[in-house]
Amino acid sequence: MGYNQQKHIRHGIRRYVRVSAIALTMLMLLAPFPIRAEFGDVVFNKHSEKEGVRPVIFPHWFHRIRFQCKVCHSELGFKMRAGDNVVLMSDIIEGKFCGMCHNDNIAWGADRCDLCHTGRPGLQSGVIGGASTGGPGRW
Amino acid sequence: MGRTSREQRRVKPARRWSWVMAVAIAISAGLAWAGNWKPLAQDGLHDPSNTALNQLQNPAEALSKLPPDTAGNQVNWVKALEQGKINPRTNIYAGTKVKVLDKKEPPDVLMKNTAELSMVRFPHKQHSEFLDCSNCHEGLFKSKAGTTPGFNMFNILQGEFCGRCHGAVAFPLTECKRCHNEPRPVPGGAAKAR
Ligand code: HEC
Ligand code: HEC
Ligand code: HEC
Ligand code: HEC
Ligand code: HEC
Ligand code: HEC
Repeated sequence: MGYNQQKHIRHGIRRYVRVSAIALTMLMLLAPFPIRAEFGDVVFNKHSEKEGVRPVIFPHWFHRIRFQCKVCHSELGFKMRAGDNVVLMSDIIEGKFCGMCHNDNIAWGADRCDLCHTGRPGLQSGVIGGASTGGPGRW
Repeated sequence: MGRTSREQRRVKPARRWSWVMAVAIAISAGLAWAGNWKPLAQDGLHDPSNTALNQLQNPAEALSKLPPDTAGNQVNWVKALEQGKINPRTNIYAGTKVKVLDKKEPPDVLMKNTAELSMVRFPHKQHSEFLDCSNCHEGLFKSKAGTTPGFNMFNILQGEFCGRCHGAVAFPLTECKRCHNEPRPVPGGAAKAR
């Protein structure tokens, strides 16, 4: 093997090592903190931004510490599919949907706008978190 | 130019990269140890300019006290309930009838169409401690083992059947072994775990 050829190969190997080191480093830096909303958070933004308020974020983790799934998804009748419940603010104030609890009785009332309307502008409705049910590759 | 000085110059960057990698490993190990819950203001979802955000609870505050897990909310919710770390209400209205399971009725359902993988033992007991029968029957599943049409892993990954909850709110579908939990008996007699 000629010297030039050897040099070429050595250079190639070094570059390979270096590139994979960069890739690995980036992977390791990113792995512990992907852009991470909490698993199971639900965004409501069918009407909110159109009506000039922030999107709503519903945290499953917070509520499931206090209520079994069956309270909302059976007793109170929330459909188990993000977006299937068409929620209007007038309903909530009348005691439907979130308003079944957020009525100054079981939890604080519907006048605390900023505690529910907490999302960044531009969010899409749906379940956000570590995984979603949108199909292969999205979980 | 001399060959040796060139050689040295080429070696150094490689060494530098190994340092960078070592530091990166140390940092990511430290972060993993510290837990992965993001404060609300930094989770990419909540609007940090909302001044009321500090009145909400950060996930780490509540979830770090519960039995740990490696996926989803990083909480083993089944253990949290069994150990009494959480005590979620079963109903809001006094009149609501809450079905409680007597012992193992209905039984676990063993699902065998799992190709080479371990079989799936579906536990009714653990699910009924969170859910009502009507959350699954008859909408998602039939009440007779082996009769639910279209029930397979592909559709689960599409967000149907088990995937309606697992991957959205309950532990995600990456945890194969927690569902594929029943080793397949092999003709020789001993069970084969996989
Ligand atoms: C308990 C949580 C909660 C509270 C508190 C709350 N909202 Fe809402 N609000 C919602 C949800 C959920 C929706 C549905 C959002 C969607 O689908 O875009 C909504 C929708 C809206 C909408 C758009 C739909 C419509 O009906 O016009 C407006 C405007 C709105 N809220 C204003 C307010 C104001 C103003 C307050 C305070 C007085 C408030 N909200 C308090 C949960 C809440
Ligand atoms: C405090 C009420 C509440 C409790 C408790 C609750 N949920 Fe939900 N759940 C909701 C709301 C609200 C939505 C969003 C519905 C919508 O967007 O229309 C939702 C949506 C869902 C979805 C749909 C996600 C998707 O991919 O479309 C699933 C699955 C779900 N919940 C499962 C559960 C499970 C499992 C539990 C118990 C561990 C639970 N929920 C507890 C209120 C609740
Ligand atoms: C089953 C009753 C129930 C329902 C239904 C319910 N909530 Fe709640 N929610 C609660 C309780 C209880 C609290 C805690 C109140 C307290 O700390 O005083 C709470 C707290 C919250 C919080 C504050 C969490 C924190 O960090 O302090 C938000 C945000 C919230 N709910 C949003 C919603 C939205 C949006 C809906 C409707 C989609 C909803 N909730 C429906 C019972 C409910
Ligand atoms: C939420 C529970 C659950 C999780 C998590 C899960 N599976 Fe499954 N899997 C099932 C069920 C249920 C079946 C169908 C069994 C039956 O019909 O008898 C199945 C079937 C399968 C099959 C058989 C072929 C088919 O298409 O049905 C394969 C292969 C499979 N799973 C692979 C996996 C792999 C790989 C993972 C992890 C990435 C995984 N599963 C995670 C519940 C699960
Ligand atoms: C999390 C979802 C879920 C819940 C909640 C649930 N089941 Fe089931 N159940 C299933 C699945 C999955 C099967 C198996 C279906 C199949 O193999 O096609 C099943 C099967 C059954 C069977 C048939 C068992 C057999 O061996 O043939 C009965 C009976 C049954 N369920 C009753 C109930 C009752 C009563 C409740 C409420 C206490 C309940 N289930 C709650 C998911 C559920
Ligand atoms: C309606 C929602 C729902 C459906 C559908 C569902 N699960 Fe679950 N499952 C849960 C919840 C909630 C838990 C509690 C653990 C958690 O939230 O991470 C759970 C826990 C489990 C566990 C852990 C039990 C333990 O002892 O640790 C297994 C295994 C499991 N599910 C298998 C399945 C299989 C297999 C299917 C499909 C046949 C299925 N689940 C369908 C909601 C559901």
